[in-house]
Amino acid sequence: MAKATGLVDRLAVDVDWAFPDLVLAYQDRLYSGVRSFVGSADAEDVTQEALIRAHKALHSYDEDRIRQLQVSAWLWTIAINLCRNWARTRSRRPQTVQLTFDRPSGDEAADEAIDVVMLDGWKQRLAGLSEAQRVAVVLRHVVGLSYREIAAATERPVGTAKTDVSRGLAALRKIISEEGTL
Amino acid sequence: MTDDIARELEALATTAPDSLTRNVLIATRTGRFYATVGGPTGDLLIGWSSAGIYAVAPIGELARFLEVYSAGPLAPIPQQLPTPWQRQVAAALESGKLGRLPVDLTGLTEFQQAVLRKTLEIPPGQLRPYGWVAREIGKPGATRAVGSALNKNPVPVLIPCHRVGRSDGTVGRYAYGPEMKRDLLRAEGLDPDEVDDAAERGVRFIGSATTNIYCHPTCHNARRIKQTNRVELRTAAAARKAGFRACLVCRPAAAA
Repeated sequence: MAKATGLVDRLAVDVDWAFPDLVLAYQDRLYSGVRSFVGSADAEDVTQEALIRAHKALHSYDEDRIRQLQVSAWLWTIAINLCRNWARTRSRRPQTVQLTFDRPSGDEAADEAIDVVMLDGWKQRLAGLSEAQRVAVVLRHVVGLSYREIAAATERPVGTAKTDVSRGLAALRKIISEEGTL
Repeated sequence: MTDDIARELEALATTAPDSLTRNVLIATRTGRFYATVGGPTGDLLIGWSSAGIYAVAPIGELARFLEVYSAGPLAPIPQQLPTPWQRQVAAALESGKLGRLPVDLTGLTEFQQAVLRKTLEIPPGQLRPYGWVAREIGKPGATRAVGSALNKNPVPVLIPCHRVGRSDGTVGRYAYGPEMKRDLLRAEGLDPDEVDDAAERGVRFIGSATTNIYCHPTCHNARRIKQTNRVELRTAAAARKAGFRACLVCRPAAAA
């Protein structure tokens, strides 16, 4: 099999054979986006579940359907759903506070701590947006999807995706300026 | 301001932890994995994926194995063999027969695959020359190419390339050193020194004075011939001239 063949063609030939390539190609962006929605503590679990569901779904599709997949948008349809479920079960469960952390020591720990603080700040700001805007902004600016891909992932028109992104950014600007006055 | 926000959001992009990749590939059984199993002459690495067993190597080759079979940043993951294969692998190593174990020969040429499949037909404890394999797969001129295809056998022991020797009848070389080949043959009940001694005396075939059939020296039919009826033969032509016909089991005619 030639290396140049596209991922969907290889998946269509043999899902299991090509699936590791899909994981390697998309896991970083998927994890980054999911982390913006659910935070560092659960990002790995949610991303893992999304990829496992994607694998299961691929096995239920016929070859033509796989060949026509827009992989990125399709993965995000799965991941957004899981993030939504995560938020729902989360709100029903009492929140527990983790007191101890298993973290690497030294510079790495310091970097990671800064990372976590920054992420938490953004996670809170993003929480002030409507779900549609939050999803659109993260997919556009954290994950780097095109408007067309965002539209496909959220099953909305491209125009709406564009509006969601620009209104979401405007809302974030407002939230940040209010933070400044506090 | 909007640009600043966009840039800060872009900075949230990160890399997934290694454990994520690993756990997804384990859960979906789509990664490349490896396990260590006891072989006939020492521990063996067995590399496997959903497509089947893609590699076998002596345990001492672990570093090279991981290097060769890493896909990008992804090295094979140590795992227990899938339960249904555990018994099959043990049985294959015990009996010297592959059985129904799935072997993944993706990436090999048709010629290489034909050589390896033919090798599977050689019974445990028997030796055939490279030229025999070449003739049997319909490429009588390709003796050297057979040798190099066997040398690149990704799943030695399970595909018994140790049962193919030099055209002069000696045991010959092995990808993991000649001693391992001799040990594997010994474990199957064949004495490699006896094979080499006979070959060095010029014996290529054994004929039976009672049945007038001639065989490769290690064919089970040859080994049943009583000492008093054994006729040592140097060439197939000499055998035919002396009135022998080729054994239908080991097909020595194919070796010329």
